[in-house]
Amino acid sequence: MRMAILAAAIPDEIYTGLFVFVMAAFAGLEVVRRVPQLLHTPLMSLTNALSGIALVGSLVLSGAEYGKFYTWLGAIAVTASTINVVGGFWITDRMLKMFKPRAKVVKAGEAK
Amino acid sequence: MTAQELATNWFQQIVYVIGAGCFVLALKWMSGPKTARRGLWTGIAGMTLAVVGTLTDARIQTYEWIIVAFVIGTVIGIPMGQWMKMTAMPQRTALSHAFGALAAALVGTAEYYRGLEEGTIDKFTMFALGLEVLLGFLTFTGSMMAFGKLAEVLPQRPITYRGQNFVNLAVLGIAVILVIFLIIDPTHRTLWPIFSVLALVFGVLLIIPIGGADMPTVISLLNSYAGLSGAAMGFALNNKMLIVAGSLDGASGLFLSIIMCRAMNRSFTNVLFGGFGQLQMKPGEAEEKIYRSCTPEEAAMVMDAAQSVIVVPGYGMAVAQAQHKVAELGNALTRKGIDVKFAIHPVAGRMPGHMNVLLAEANVPYEELVEMDEINPSFPECDVALVIGANDVTNPAARTDETSPIYGMPILDCDKAKQVYVVKRSMNPGFAGIDNPLYYLDNTAMIFGDAKEIATQLVTEVSKLASAF
Repeated sequence: MRMAILAAAIPDEIYTGLFVFVMAAFAGLEVVRRVPQLLHTPLMSLTNALSGIALVGSLVLSGAEYGKFYTWLGAIAVTASTINVVGGFWITDRMLKMFKPRAKVVKAGEAK
Repeated sequence: MTAQELATNWFQQIVYVIGAGCFVLALKWMSGPKTARRGLWTGIAGMTLAVVGTLTDARIQTYEWIIVAFVIGTVIGIPMGQWMKMTAMPQRTALSHAFGALAAALVGTAEYYRGLEEGTIDKFTMFALGLEVLLGFLTFTGSMMAFGKLAEVLPQRPITYRGQNFVNLAVLGIAVILVIFLIIDPTHRTLWPIFSVLALVFGVLLIIPIGGADMPTVISLLNSYAGLSGAAMGFALNNKMLIVAGSLDGASGLFLSIIMCRAMNRSFTNVLFGGFGQLQMKPGEAEEKIYRSCTPEEAAMVMDAAQSVIVVPGYGMAVAQAQHKVAELGNALTRKGIDVKFAIHPVAGRMPGHMNVLLAEANVPYEELVEMDEINPSFPECDVALVIGANDVTNPAARTDETSPIYGMPILDCDKAKQVYVVKRSMNPGFAGIDNPLYYLDNTAMIFGDAKEIATQLVTEVSKLASAF
């Protein structure tokens, strides 16, 4: 039985997966290179929120009826990744609202 | 349910493809402050699609635990986004990395045991699970340690001991060997907990020797690891959406850490194994060098007469919480028609871009926040350079003195300005203990005092000069 598993050829999905990984990494580097230093902190908190994509795996684990152990692990993982996603997006929005062009700052100054 | 059956969920797959596209667009629109918020909302849309797509998964039978966990996560997540101070941004990011990585590691652990029960673990899946959990757990404890150091719960100074690098590499090495054993035969189920503990321990060991000044690089690196852990999960679960998001995150984190390393003229290995910050400076011949000092009134008068002023802020300004007063000074000078710019060094602050956020929060228009490479040619033409809370990033020795520990590090050329004012508490050398020749130049004058008080006085003096007209 075990031999059969080990002997199995590398399935196609893995090649597709590697392909997707490499392409996404290059696309990622290309777009991120164009982000000015001005926005590097929001960039990091945004990508941090995106890394909460672990949520996808966690949801299945916590919702499928695999048994108590798995449901619990899944629920903790959903909680952790939701904190990551919600907190990350929230603070990125708060930060980006702070970046104001000169015209807006001057207006706010006059209004005082 | 097998991967083939899963793939027939066409709705899910299409939603995933659109979501992945959203993620790439989100990063693309981060390329400027005008489109950045559009980018953010595209990212949110992508994540929503990912969640909706996943919820239609046939394997999900009950939703109660999902809802409970989601509510708890949201209740904790919103305050972490809403009430964190901008100065606390680095530790918040570290904490957030920790949560994402923990989720990845837990899912990986569950997938391993389930795979054993069902006998479905092939070699490649085992490899992916090993990578996911190794990166996940080490990022979890590593980020918690980084959080502790940044929040000053733990000592900030690097802790080093003899044979440290050997111990670290040994722990990592054993963990990797265990994964190799598991790849050869996944049924060695007792190895898994040992492996997990080693990964957790390695995360702690990795951060122990790292000092406050290196945190920007380390946070970026942890950001990258968290992403790669997610991508590995994508391989283990055969989920392309996860691979795309993880890979984007990994690439972005890697890019940022390279920028940070370059800005300090150091290599990755040097950051991770160098134990920077503990470097003991030769106590330099106590030769009395001559410097000039002046009062805020004098400086205000010179600035008032200037055509262009470049402010060089450093993390010391944020520590003294002077950014609001400094921003006010900038706006007061701008109103007089003086050209004001802020010169931002890539490592000013505790994470990439941190200084920009602190000044934007204090109401500095983003046009005035200029990167190092763009601002450096402007220094020779500028009338006044005002250095507040910055030290090593202004040290001209980095350009000329080959014996200096920071030789080769790119710096802000503020010594080339016609007049330089340095706001500083005293002549004591800064954090790294490196003397700064900038302070002894003919065109430099020191203004001694607390950054916030001096900035307040400068604002008052500059406004007074206005009413004299």
